[in-house]
Amino acid sequence: MGFPDKQRGRRSIFFGKAVGLGSAALILGGVNGGPLALAEDAASLAPERARELVRMVRQDCGSCHGLTLRGGLGPALLPENLSARPLPALKYTILFGRPGTAMPPWQPFMTEAEAEWIVVQLLRGFPEESQ
Amino acid sequence: MKPPKAGLFWGWLFVLWPLLVGSAEPTLRATGDLGVIVERGAGRVVIVNTSSNSVVQRVEGLGDLSHASVVFSRDQRYAYVFGRDGGLSKIDLLRGVLDKRIVQGGNSIGGAISQNGKLVAVANYEPGGLKVFSADTLELVADIPATYGDGKLSKVVGIADLPGDRFIYSLFDADQIWVADVRDPKAPKVEKFSNIGKSPYDGLVTPSGRYYLAGLFGEDGIALLDTWQPQQGVQRILANYGQGEEKLPVYKMPHLRGWAVAGGKVYLPAIGRHEVLVADTLGWKETGRIAVRGQPVFVVARPDGRQVWVNFAFPDNGFVQVIDTLTGQIVQTLEPGKAVLHLEFTPRGEAVWISARDDNKVVVYDTASFAKLAELSVESPSGIFFTARAHRIGF
Repeated sequence: MGFPDKQRGRRSIFFGKAVGLGSAALILGGVNGGPLALAEDAASLAPERARELVRMVRQDCGSCHGLTLRGGLGPALLPENLSARPLPALKYTILFGRPGTAMPPWQPFMTEAEAEWIVVQLLRGFPEESQ
Repeated sequence: MKPPKAGLFWGWLFVLWPLLVGSAEPTLRATGDLGVIVERGAGRVVIVNTSSNSVVQRVEGLGDLSHASVVFSRDQRYAYVFGRDGGLSKIDLLRGVLDKRIVQGGNSIGGAISQNGKLVAVANYEPGGLKVFSADTLELVADIPATYGDGKLSKVVGIADLPGDRFIYSLFDADQIWVADVRDPKAPKVEKFSNIGKSPYDGLVTPSGRYYLAGLFGEDGIALLDTWQPQQGVQRILANYGQGEEKLPVYKMPHLRGWAVAGGKVYLPAIGRHEVLVADTLGWKETGRIAVRGQPVFVVARPDGRQVWVNFAFPDNGFVQVIDTLTGQIVQTLEPGKAVLHLEFTPRGEAVWISARDDNKVVVYDTASFAKLAELSVESPSGIFFTARAHRIGF
């Protein structure tokens, strides 16, 4: 939308993180037993939909968890905050919310595979929006 | 014929001289019709002019502004920007520059300025508590941790100024309301109210500065404190407005600040319902509720009180509805753009500015005809704050 310098800067950060993905996948492997399957899920998401989900997490989840995901009224969602938790628990928290807290269910707006994709991205260090 | 012509030439030169060479004096400007719009992803604010519906200048380097709010000095020259990352920035609207900036906490939600304009208070999530700064120098003058239970710190929400250089705010994790009197910043006096209701998420003070209302996330109802008679304690109003029905999932917390008190009534967002609640401000009894398009986020009265404008949480955040306070009916539904985050009226309310985050624009409407007056290009705009707030209690 006409702020090219800023966005170029962000994109390079994103790719920088993607390079360091191997170690995140190792951690995931320990949790879920299938880094390859996860990588395939991530790859199978259409780029347009991936962009939408990145925006949804940054902007809409960000209204409680912070645009930088360092937390707000909701807890921080950085890799160090999440890595000790089982992946399915994180996925179902997104899909069904957490009763008794402010976390709502996001199932109306995404599939199970998409929720899993978001969890994987969160555990790797969530991408910046590239617009 | 020649002499008169030469005379004419010199005469015109004299008149036009300042224009030709430029004036040594800077152009004078006032700030009463200025405001700032937060560019939430860019760490930047846009200074705007509400008389010409135009952008004056941008000021950068303000950190994470994903939930930023702004208060103004009483001379309307400085804007204090509270950033999500704990940043507190003082912007000089006249010069269009960042005057001072500190990072005072890890994660903050908003702030307020004292009645005398000398103190700026910041409500922090992390570390949970209130910090008070000199409005002039941004030096820390008081630190009031929101300690509860066995030494835990609560997130602080819903801060507002009260007459007497006091600040009132709610403790999200502790179900408390605190009133901090900082007339002597070295020895602040804090009055605490406990068990005010589950999980207060935001608060407001009425235009007189008398009543503080805290919205409750954990239960149906609003906590009310009469600050003229604090000995009466906190009462519950609009209790059980959900009538035991399961509430809808809430995809964005409503905001109470930017009140809607109009014609002896208060208009409040219902949590988890597609409704605006209406109560009278004398007996604080529910007098009605208005069905709206989605879950309300901001419910704001036009300065004259004739209209109340409402925006909505995801996924209805492309709409804005207007309630006529005389009839209690919705008289207009607008679609200003994708992801409407905030709206702000010009000082006397002839126009309203609405931010559409995902369309990267701010749209200005005439509030009488609902005609679109202007559109400004702003990157991911969120909060809009005009300097007229400087002179209102609770802003």
